[in-house]
Amino acid sequence: MNVVTQAPKPAFPFILLDASGQPSLIAQKCTACGATYADSERVACGRCGGRADVLETFLPATEGTLHSAVIVRRGFPGVDVPFISAVVDLDGGPTIKGTLRNTAGFEPDHAAPGQRVRVRFDDALGRKDKAGGSYIAHYFEPIPA
Amino acid sequence: MSDIYIVGIHMIDFGRHPNRTPGQLGAQAALEALDEADITIKDVQAVFSGSNYTTMIGQKILQQIGQTGVQIINLVNACSTGASAVRMAYTAIRAGEFDTVLCVGVEQMTGLGMLGGAVPGSIPTEGILGSATMPAVFGESGVEYAARTGATQADFAQVAVKNHYNATMNPKAFLRKETPLDMVLEAETIAWPLTKLMCSVNVDGAAAAVVMSEEQVKRRGLMDRAIRIRGSAMASAPWQERDPIMHDVNGPTRLAAQKAYAMAGVDPRDIDLVELHDCFASVELQHYENLSLCGEGEGVKLIRDGSTELTGSIPVNASGGLLSKGHPIAATGIANMYEIALHLRGQAGERQIRGAKIGMTHVVGLGTSAAVHILEKA
Repeated sequence: MNVVTQAPKPAFPFILLDASGQPSLIAQKCTACGATYADSERVACGRCGGRADVLETFLPATEGTLHSAVIVRRGFPGVDVPFISAVVDLDGGPTIKGTLRNTAGFEPDHAAPGQRVRVRFDDALGRKDKAGGSYIAHYFEPIPA
Repeated sequence: MSDIYIVGIHMIDFGRHPNRTPGQLGAQAALEALDEADITIKDVQAVFSGSNYTTMIGQKILQQIGQTGVQIINLVNACSTGASAVRMAYTAIRAGEFDTVLCVGVEQMTGLGMLGGAVPGSIPTEGILGSATMPAVFGESGVEYAARTGATQADFAQVAVKNHYNATMNPKAFLRKETPLDMVLEAETIAWPLTKLMCSVNVDGAAAAVVMSEEQVKRRGLMDRAIRIRGSAMASAPWQERDPIMHDVNGPTRLAAQKAYAMAGVDPRDIDLVELHDCFASVELQHYENLSLCGEGEGVKLIRDGSTELTGSIPVNASGGLLSKGHPIAATGIANMYEIALHLRGQAGERQIRGAKIGMTHVVGLGTSAAVHILEKA
């Protein structure tokens, strides 16, 4: 059996792994209008239409505020439930979506809008691509008040 | 400027039609609409048809009812597909190219399971990138609304109570059972705050409309059944900081509604009833505000004080809504117009809104596309 020993890859375009494999978030900001995007390869700005040359890459904050969340109790077949699907406004932008974990449980209070959260990086639930490669994903965790 | 009218409109019973093809379902709706307009397929100069799950649906329909060789344009515009077909008929007639156009929306969806866009990539992302299921996406929009307005899960559930009650009087609806508040709240949670009874159901369905120029309506003597299209407007999502990470169904609905009101020259107070896009119970409250049926933050009040019930000041989803009829994506936009047409003509039976003169229809599809029409009895 072939043993694959390749380095994990980022699960999404807004995750950056440096040469040593350290993850961070990466995003784009429009220098013309200030819009931010959870992306690294935009063609142009969706707000003002500024072309790629006015888009600059930046490393967004890894803390933010929970904007909205739901407790998913029935998902697509084969996906473990429950989990909390969350929309988070990172401090200074952009907004990203992800899964909120390490909460006290799965009650509405555990996923209340306004809650402060931080971004953690971890293996993508053990999921691998066809070549056996693993992926690094982002997760949100509550910041204790 | 002369007006444009719907002179024939029909929806088939929504539900399970496992032994019919999508072409047959569309054909059934189209023939009923043609019959009501007292014309045949040979009088139709163009077809705008739509389906999100069947390609070339217009051709499949004409293969059933008459291959006249006319122009057919098939649309895929998410939940706004059917309304988009009517909008295109409106603009094509307005442009003077045609005077008689057939619009059809069809979907065969039984067994599709929970809808939602899989995110392209090397690994499945559900559970990592939150959830892409429609109940989760709309639930998140509802939680955002609740945080802003103080709406509760019970307020959302009350929408399902109201709409399911209305559907007990609609023989074409898929769900025709009253659901008391505790039943809605105690149903299986799909994506909190949404329970199963707060989600619309995948069904098979079709709806069709014949749209005609004023000159043609008069020439054929069809004014007795004609429904004037006073406003017809569509919008996509204007830039907003969270869209499309969190799809914005509010912005496009607001834009389309503002355009439709301006085009029709009417005020929200002039609207007698509304059929809006309650794909999930929570979003109905959002659309009360988006469609200016109330002021900002007052959507909750409208459901609590009964204003949108059949006997209220502005009845919403007298048909039972998508929550009850079921939601065959591309058929829904025309089905909403069918309901309004029934009321404007005084044909809605037990659920008739008495004296209804002007009605509004709304659909919004994720991605995003919203359509609002303002209809009036000729």
